[in-house]
Amino acid sequence: MSDPKSETRNAAALNVEGVRFHYGAKPALQDVAFTIPAGTFTVLLGPNGAGKTTLFSLIARLYHATQGTLAVAGHDLRRAPLSALAEMGIVFQQPTLDLDLSVLQNLRYHAALRGMGKKDALERIDAELRRFNMFERKHEKVRTLNGGHRRRVEIARALLHQPRLLLLDEPTIGLDVPTRKAIVDHVHNLCKTDGIAVLWATHLIDEISPSDRIVLLDAGRVRAKGAIADILKEADATTIAEAFTKLTAKENAA
Amino acid sequence: MTATHYFRGFLGILTREALRFLQQRERFLAALVRPLIWLLVFAAGFRAALGIAIIPPYETYIPYEVYIVPGLLGMIQLFNGMQSSLSMVYDREMGSMRTLLVSPLPRWYLLACKLTAGTFVSILQAYAFLAIAFFFGIEAPLLGYAAVLPALVLSGLMLGALGLLLSSAIRQLENFAGIMNFVIFPMFFLSSALYPLWKMRESSPWLYEICRFNPFTHAVETIRFALYGDFNPWAVAITLGSFTLFLSLAVLGYDPARGMMRRKGGA
Repeated sequence: MSDPKSETRNAAALNVEGVRFHYGAKPALQDVAFTIPAGTFTVLLGPNGAGKTTLFSLIARLYHATQGTLAVAGHDLRRAPLSALAEMGIVFQQPTLDLDLSVLQNLRYHAALRGMGKKDALERIDAELRRFNMFERKHEKVRTLNGGHRRRVEIARALLHQPRLLLLDEPTIGLDVPTRKAIVDHVHNLCKTDGIAVLWATHLIDEISPSDRIVLLDAGRVRAKGAIADILKEADATTIAEAFTKLTAKENAA
Repeated sequence: MTATHYFRGFLGILTREALRFLQQRERFLAALVRPLIWLLVFAAGFRAALGIAIIPPYETYIPYEVYIVPGLLGMIQLFNGMQSSLSMVYDREMGSMRTLLVSPLPRWYLLACKLTAGTFVSILQAYAFLAIAFFFGIEAPLLGYAAVLPALVLSGLMLGALGLLLSSAIRQLENFAGIMNFVIFPMFFLSSALYPLWKMRESSPWLYEICRFNPFTHAVETIRFALYGDFNPWAVAITLGSFTLFLSLAVLGYDPARGMMRRKGGA
């Protein structure tokens, strides 16, 4: 186990190269390429219909890209899919918890699928639930939790197996403003304290922190990528909102 | 990826299905009430109308309610297989199917585990039904209750695999009524579950041929023979063949490269 690990230790958390995807004849993604360095917070920014969820489905290997390669922590998604999946924690846009099962039962199911033993699983579950202030609700049925709490359980679940890449697809959808902010801050902290790389898809500009990296996706193409300062400079803008408008408008006019 | 991981994954999926089953009492009750109505009401009304000749595996004249027990066991598993396929479609909308599919285990293995867990639940239901039928005086030979277990495993797997296949192929199942009309009713009525096939041949040779090709007929006959300590190699072979075919197609349907999932867009 240690050899392949050391080979990939310095690899980017996620590497996307020349990815194309079509639904039938309709192109959904074209020549998408970007890299997420280990331990960074990257915002995948784009309006609804830009292709964010499609891109997530490809990274999560729900289906294959028509063209191009994806690699998670150095593991190619086609050649070593199981190693790649093992390095990922995923929070989908739609809720995915079993409502009739308790928080603990939901998390234990996930731990089993990740091959974790009972002792290890229970320790990790307690640790993650404590981190998200959900420990006291361990035995409650998910149905009794509110939207914000359910989200926290889902993020805790995605972290159980200590992934190197955490994917979140518009995780704050349907949440009120304070809950939204709490979750955004929380995941930013994760990045700092645990060195986890995060890919956070959103269309909400206020979820971006100054230190984040950005991949701007519009109509299936990457319009800009990199640190915020670089993007502002490139677009000759003072705010992300302005840069966003300029970069997407320019392409649409062309 | 070790054997331990595979085993833990399987236990996790089995535990989840069992917990969901135990926590949905209405579903369990519905699964039992349905065949019991057929057995205690329908069969009582029909026993006068329908004479049953002596056909294998029976060695004597049998009342109608004895005849339909294997068919009703098949019906329990048919409903269970379709219900779990419906819950998979529903799951997929809800996303929990995705949680399963992004686990670091081969996809065919995950589907096989899900199938096995569903079959396990259907066997619990089948035995609960047999126990109630026994209580009402509809008995099979004692040995039959043990001999029917492998038959129920096989028929449960076959019908569950059909459910899996439907869940991968059908774009959207608005509700259970669609499955009732287009899968469950035709499979159930065009089989040997309610009437022996020679009866069917008397009224329509054409329908008789359809019944003979219906895999559900062979699942029911596998169960019927096993329940009487007998063995019907032809029925077992066809059930096994159908199972293999359905499961292979389902695995293909869920393959990320050529699967049906991609056609369904974000699903």
